[in-house]
Amino acid sequence: MSQKLLLSAKEIDIILHRLACQLIENHTHFKDTVLIGVQPRGTFLADRIKQILVNDYTITNVCLGYLDITFYRDDFRRGEKPLEANKTHIDFVVEDKRVVFIDDVLYTGRSIRAALTAVQSFGRPLEIELLTLIDRRFSRHLPIQPNYRGRQVDAINQEKVKVHWVENEGEDAVYLINP
Amino acid sequence: MSELSVNHLLGIKYLKKEDIDLIFETADHFKEVINRPIKKVPSLRDITIANLFFENSTRTRLSFELAEKRLSADVVNFSAASSSVKKGETLIDTVNNILSMKVDMVVMRHPNPGAGVFLSKHVGASIVNAGDGAHEHPTQALLDTYSIRERLGEVKGKKVVIVGDILHSRVALSNIFALQLQGAEVKVCGPKTLLPKYIDKLGITVETNLRKALNWCDVANMLRVQNERMEISYFPSSREYTQLFGVDKKVLDSLDKEIVIMHPGPINRGVEITSDVADSNQAIILDQVQNGVAIRMAVIYLLASKIKR
Repeated sequence: MSQKLLLSAKEIDIILHRLACQLIENHTHFKDTVLIGVQPRGTFLADRIKQILVNDYTITNVCLGYLDITFYRDDFRRGEKPLEANKTHIDFVVEDKRVVFIDDVLYTGRSIRAALTAVQSFGRPLEIELLTLIDRRFSRHLPIQPNYRGRQVDAINQEKVKVHWVENEGEDAVYLINP
Repeated sequence: MSELSVNHLLGIKYLKKEDIDLIFETADHFKEVINRPIKKVPSLRDITIANLFFENSTRTRLSFELAEKRLSADVVNFSAASSSVKKGETLIDTVNNILSMKVDMVVMRHPNPGAGVFLSKHVGASIVNAGDGAHEHPTQALLDTYSIRERLGEVKGKKVVIVGDILHSRVALSNIFALQLQGAEVKVCGPKTLLPKYIDKLGITVETNLRKALNWCDVANMLRVQNERMEISYFPSSREYTQLFGVDKKVLDSLDKEIVIMHPGPINRGVEITSDVADSNQAIILDQVQNGVAIRMAVIYLLASKIKR
């Protein structure tokens, strides 16, 4: 197994600030906007984006929730490993809101497809956008594209892109892993 | 652990502590799901479930059906009263006929103890026991202990007394197994005629004085007097039973601590507990019913995930 560093902590920090600015550009005061981190890995990125919006750009009214997509996935009983659910925490109204999904890596697009179905259980959003740190292009199974992307990566199928966060793995970094 | 150690839910005695933990964690997620504006998830849309009820049931059957529909499974219902069982068909034949219509899972209530175990050995579907005679009623015990965990934080170390008709009760037996597996202390209390002779062999204590039992416990699970299973008289009258083993608000208020009151339903109001107890804040009877759907969703989801495609 070999691994290559795609993004360092410094690069991630710059990208996160840029993504936050792009969000501000489109959503200004975040009055009708809600951020939703897609479980399990999108929540770290969502927390960071919120932190930057609140601390560096003094936007204090940012609504942030977590959405678990386990029960909406299309691979139930298809994989070797059983699917494990995570917590959904959405304590605000989604109806008529501008929703921004946040996930760390966009790969086949199937997780986002599941998230699009899952969020409907909470109401009918006005619109839904997608923010991802890593966009693995050429590997999509569905017609789904991000509105805000951190870095585009070309990786072949057996390769994995792993995002590390200080909160979880002890460092901010993105690796390309070749098994 | 992310997978159950069993392929069928036949009784609590076949489960491990880790299985119960997994079922509870999964039920936590489903409890959140059933409180959403849209309470349905699409996980089981390619699974068909048959609910076979060879014995009357309203609440359990409704709860299972709701759980199955919330998971998007296709559901067929069958009740013995209006079926070929009346014409002399055997259990295996009945079930195999239903399975030949491509059913993946069977939820069964049956008057004979061991009917679920028997079926699991002879048919190729996942079996969920929804009550077999006076043997086990595993989903009831799971939802009861889940409700205790929800109210008191955990089941471990809690003192639970099961009051009433232990002899005819599958709820009592499953509860005893589930509580012990999770580290609770269990006592049973009731008229001697309604206590099985060797009940203390299960590692529980027996008390015939209700007041003493209530003073000892954190939770009292008040069982229903099952008149339909009593061919002979086990106590002189309902009035006498109520005087000795019924709980009213006066008794509850006179205890040193605030205990939790549970009842598996249907309640004979004024017999096991009075209306003011059933409707008080100490009673978690309606929580038990709501948790029943989440627990059954968890059990069905986890068993379905083990069915081969």
